[in-house]
Amino acid sequence: MASALFNSLVAWADDQLVLGHRLSEWTGKAHVLEEELALANMGLDLIGQARNLYQYAAEVENAGRSEDDLAYLRSERDYRNLLMLERPNTDFAHTMLRQFYYAAFMQRYWQALTGSRDERLAAIAAKAVVELQYHRRHSAEWVIRLGDGTEESAARMTDAVNTLHRYTGEMFDTSADLRALIDDGIATDPHTLRTEWEADVRSVFDRATIAWPEEEPPTQRGGRDGIHTEFLGLLLAEMQSLHRAHPGQTW
Amino acid sequence: MSTPDTPLWEVFIRARQGLHHRHVGSVHAPDTTLALQAARDVYTRRGEGVSIWVVPANAITASDPVDKDMLFEPASDKIYRHPTFYDIPDDVGHM
Repeated sequence: MASALFNSLVAWADDQLVLGHRLSEWTGKAHVLEEELALANMGLDLIGQARNLYQYAAEVENAGRSEDDLAYLRSERDYRNLLMLERPNTDFAHTMLRQFYYAAFMQRYWQALTGSRDERLAAIAAKAVVELQYHRRHSAEWVIRLGDGTEESAARMTDAVNTLHRYTGEMFDTSADLRALIDDGIATDPHTLRTEWEADVRSVFDRATIAWPEEEPPTQRGGRDGIHTEFLGLLLAEMQSLHRAHPGQTW
Repeated sequence: MSTPDTPLWEVFIRARQGLHHRHVGSVHAPDTTLALQAARDVYTRRGEGVSIWVVPANAITASDPVDKDMLFEPASDKIYRHPTFYDIPDDVGHM
């Protein structure tokens, strides 16, 4: 059970860290100062959640590894994040749609985990849920405005849907480790949230005048098994370079 | 930059219950919803507030600096209007 808990904590932490890093890449590049800070704020929320999860995972593992070891000294094949979250930012429409797809799911998943039998996990979830509620609200407003905006913004949002929609199914998958936690009353089956998630996304798409993909493309998956797209290796190379060049360095 | 699509909004924040909203700065945003979110993201990152108002900057009518003497000079020698001659009990709190 300890290894199932460790593996699931690391997978969730990898999600938050990889997406948080992607958002941090917007620093200095957003179209207005207001949105630059909004993106950085969301990124910092996620990195904070990643730290809480890695710290707990390190304690559960009890093998002398720290949160930094888990974040900076594991390679691509050891990462367990969802494929959608490692995708490049591409443009503001892609970034906001990815944030919306993920936050619309994750705010509900954290909400469910606040009822976990594991008190530490429930506490981490309780802190994260309000942060993700804001991410969902902020990104949904942008999906609506870009989808129902100019010809250019609508084309970019449609392009983002065509690119990212196939990655959403992986959010609802259940690994063997997660299944063990579900059976033990520690975690929630993400699949139980799919109907609610889809209704939420569809209602935002309606307001955005964006079409739900009629023929849903086959789900792209593999992140939970360490099988990643070519984008994660580059992300980790940049994110981990400082720590690998100066091991044990502190602020 | 203020454009027709992203006008300027003045931001007022209440630091905690019992205080009033204070002007803290401004943001650019296309509408009220995003103006509130921008104000939250720009001005409450360090726990500065419990309530935000945003007001379209062009809805504010300002006094003209040229009128400064006419408007404000008459008040400068009337110290008896200040409530500094009274002791305020501690229990009253913020006034």
